[in-house]
Amino acid sequence: MAAFSAVKIPPPQFTTVRSSSQRPGSSPAHFAHSPSAFNSISFGSAKSVRSRPLFAVSSDVVSSSDKTKPASSSASNPAVTREVALELYEDMVLGRAFEDMCAQMYYRGKMFGFVHLYNGQEAVSTGFIKLLNQSDKVVSTYRDHVHALSKGVPSREVMAELFGKATGCCRGQGGSMHMFSAAHNVLGGFAFIGEGIPVATGAAFSAKYHHEVLKQSKPEGLDVTLAFFGDGTCNNGQFFECLNMAQLWKLPIIFVVENNLWAIGMSHLRATSDPEIWKKGPAFGMPGVHVDGMDVLKVREVAQEAIARARRGEGPTLVECETYRFRGHSLADPDELRKPDEKAHYAARDPIIALKKYIIEHGLASESELKSIDKKIDDVVEDAVEFADSSPLPPRTQLLENVFADPKGFGIGPDGKYRCEDPLFTQGTAQV
Amino acid sequence: MASLQMAALLSAPSTPVPSDRVRVGSLRLSASSSSAARNGGALVVRSEAKVSGGGASARGLSLITHAVAEKAAAASSADSKPGHELLLFEALREGLDEEMERDPTVCVMGEDVGHYGGSYKVTKGLATKYGDLRVLDTPIAENSFTGMGIGSAMTGLRPVVEGMNMGFLLLAYNQISNNCGMLHYTSGGQFKIPIVIRGPGGVGRQLGAEHSQRLESYFQSIPGLQMVACSTPYNAKGLMKAAIRSENPVVLFEHVLLYNLKERIPDEEYVLSLEEAEMVRPGEHVTILTYSRMRYHVMQAAKTLVNKGYDPEVIDIRSLKPFDLYTIGNSIKKTHRVLIVEECMRTGGIGASLRSAIIDNFWDYLDAPILCLSSQDVPTPYAGTLENWTVVQPEQIVAAVEQLCK
Repeated sequence: MAAFSAVKIPPPQFTTVRSSSQRPGSSPAHFAHSPSAFNSISFGSAKSVRSRPLFAVSSDVVSSSDKTKPASSSASNPAVTREVALELYEDMVLGRAFEDMCAQMYYRGKMFGFVHLYNGQEAVSTGFIKLLNQSDKVVSTYRDHVHALSKGVPSREVMAELFGKATGCCRGQGGSMHMFSAAHNVLGGFAFIGEGIPVATGAAFSAKYHHEVLKQSKPEGLDVTLAFFGDGTCNNGQFFECLNMAQLWKLPIIFVVENNLWAIGMSHLRATSDPEIWKKGPAFGMPGVHVDGMDVLKVREVAQEAIARARRGEGPTLVECETYRFRGHSLADPDELRKPDEKAHYAARDPIIALKKYIIEHGLASESELKSIDKKIDDVVEDAVEFADSSPLPPRTQLLENVFADPKGFGIGPDGKYRCEDPLFTQGTAQV
Repeated sequence: MASLQMAALLSAPSTPVPSDRVRVGSLRLSASSSSAARNGGALVVRSEAKVSGGGASARGLSLITHAVAEKAAAASSADSKPGHELLLFEALREGLDEEMERDPTVCVMGEDVGHYGGSYKVTKGLATKYGDLRVLDTPIAENSFTGMGIGSAMTGLRPVVEGMNMGFLLLAYNQISNNCGMLHYTSGGQFKIPIVIRGPGGVGRQLGAEHSQRLESYFQSIPGLQMVACSTPYNAKGLMKAAIRSENPVVLFEHVLLYNLKERIPDEEYVLSLEEAEMVRPGEHVTILTYSRMRYHVMQAAKTLVNKGYDPEVIDIRSLKPFDLYTIGNSIKKTHRVLIVEECMRTGGIGASLRSAIIDNFWDYLDAPILCLSSQDVPTPYAGTLENWTVVQPEQIVAAVEQLCK
């Protein structure tokens, strides 16, 4: 017996009318700094949200169909320098080319298991991670190849890891869903959604601890941690628990929600009572921002402010990026539930094409320069595949290594007996 | 949180612990109290217990009349002996304090560890001394603050995460299993997780099913996790220090009923080995392997067995993962009979694993099947009588040894 009548939420009607209902010249993002400030922003009450078709509110778009409306600045005043624009372009192209190659290699039987590709979401990774220093941390989910690449992990190492070779960044022991790099401060790569968020919170806590307790401060401020996760994770307990703790202790962390509207086959709207995720930030006392995740420049602008806040010690930010994955959830996903017009809508907003258009329009680079970047990236990816192909598989001796940082007495020795039977085992590290 | 007077039944250990460090003695229960023992098996010390000059002094041991002495009496008798006396929770605190002093990256996280001082007062006073960030009062979010501990361990800190009761760490199982245990391996050795997860567990005094859990059986299969169980103030402090200094993720199991045990421990600094077992009482006839609270039930049974003419060798295994098969093996090679006494459930408990490890390695040395006494496979009932029958009582231990040595 239901205590209340379930409200039937109608499926979203995707129309192109939506994208043109923007206020001209509006700023790309809305910062809700506190609950009181939030109330003054007219984003509509919960009731009005339910009465109109439910999909994420999008801000201005650099759309290929609308030449007369630039995103956040006029054609004579580009938002970024040429160097930055080319850096962003190259990083996004690397992400796309790498993922496309992953799909090829998977179907050729070179990599196995669950592989989750990032096609379409490159603007989020590039927009955020290219602003980080080497000592800043990135924590991701299973859709982590491109986060690792943006942070600086060499393509060779990532590809070798995907092939399960000993030269992979995790020695072949992690795989697609567990990309780690101590050198580049990529803290994973987690298969269960939500379980990376506390780890990211811990890394941010560590940054604050190093500053306040150990007095190891840096001139640029606190080391920032980025936690990337999806819309499905935002219904998970760990998400809310960490929002609370991060704001409570003003940790230098940014919660980046890659809202691609689908958690495998579960539409975000069918799973979430209030689908506007950015609103959940002010509920915990932190700013909640919504940004168009298909536009790398907008993402970068939001990221700049959020990272600066975190570095100054002002605490966390929740950033919801409206984005889309062009492929299925994983390479095993038939992707039957998403409607073709939704896919077409977002395909028209391809972040790489949009940035390319922006660069050419603002005269930051020529078409041929961009093409040469494309070619260069193709070579990088090819080289990565060759390297991974020719790398050795992990030997049997690697099986019991790295189970413990200090393997005293653990495991079975070469003579088949427990190593702790050796009378000297407590005196030092046993040889694995 | 009931404070309980425990019989500190320690007999003279013959291995590394010098006799002046450990309070040695045995308590002869008077006739009236032994009948109480028969009734409910309640392990309560009668402070009027008569000291008998018989067997104990013949072995040259100094005797105690009170398991938990008043401070005045302790002060007068303490002058001549080296070391200092304290209770087990104070020993844990001392170990933690020393490590926090020595290494500024050591920090504590948990519910009520800071201002409240810890639900069992293990962290009392530390927040005042080290500040609110180093002794962090967390909200009630076990999975997330354990994950936070893991994230900070990966980035240079050495956190000590406290579960207010070990049972609450079931909520943190996702983080403990997936991240704590696995990340060092999954990252190919790039990140180490020098975290200590500790808390009181075990069957207490009518605390109900959910507060009486023995998580060592649930955690033992997690690859990458190391587990130790302390049982005396001496080994509590030593293991706490060793766990904090270890590069591995260590789960330190404490027992709710053992926090008020009193013992004299050395003034000088000492760190124990995490992988070593403790020889409590050397013997010839049978090897009794135990840990945590059951050590005291075993020692109580040992008194009865000695009276009956048996000579049990009692080993507190301390290291639940990995097992100290070296010490255990040497003992089995000597006695050829094994009895395991544990507080874990029968199904899938520590005893089950220990049994198969012994069979794998020392089959040829066994003269009898390995007996394993474990708690019943029931959720711990609230009623006192039922609770007593859930855990292993000294009479059962005596009967088991008699059966083994037939």
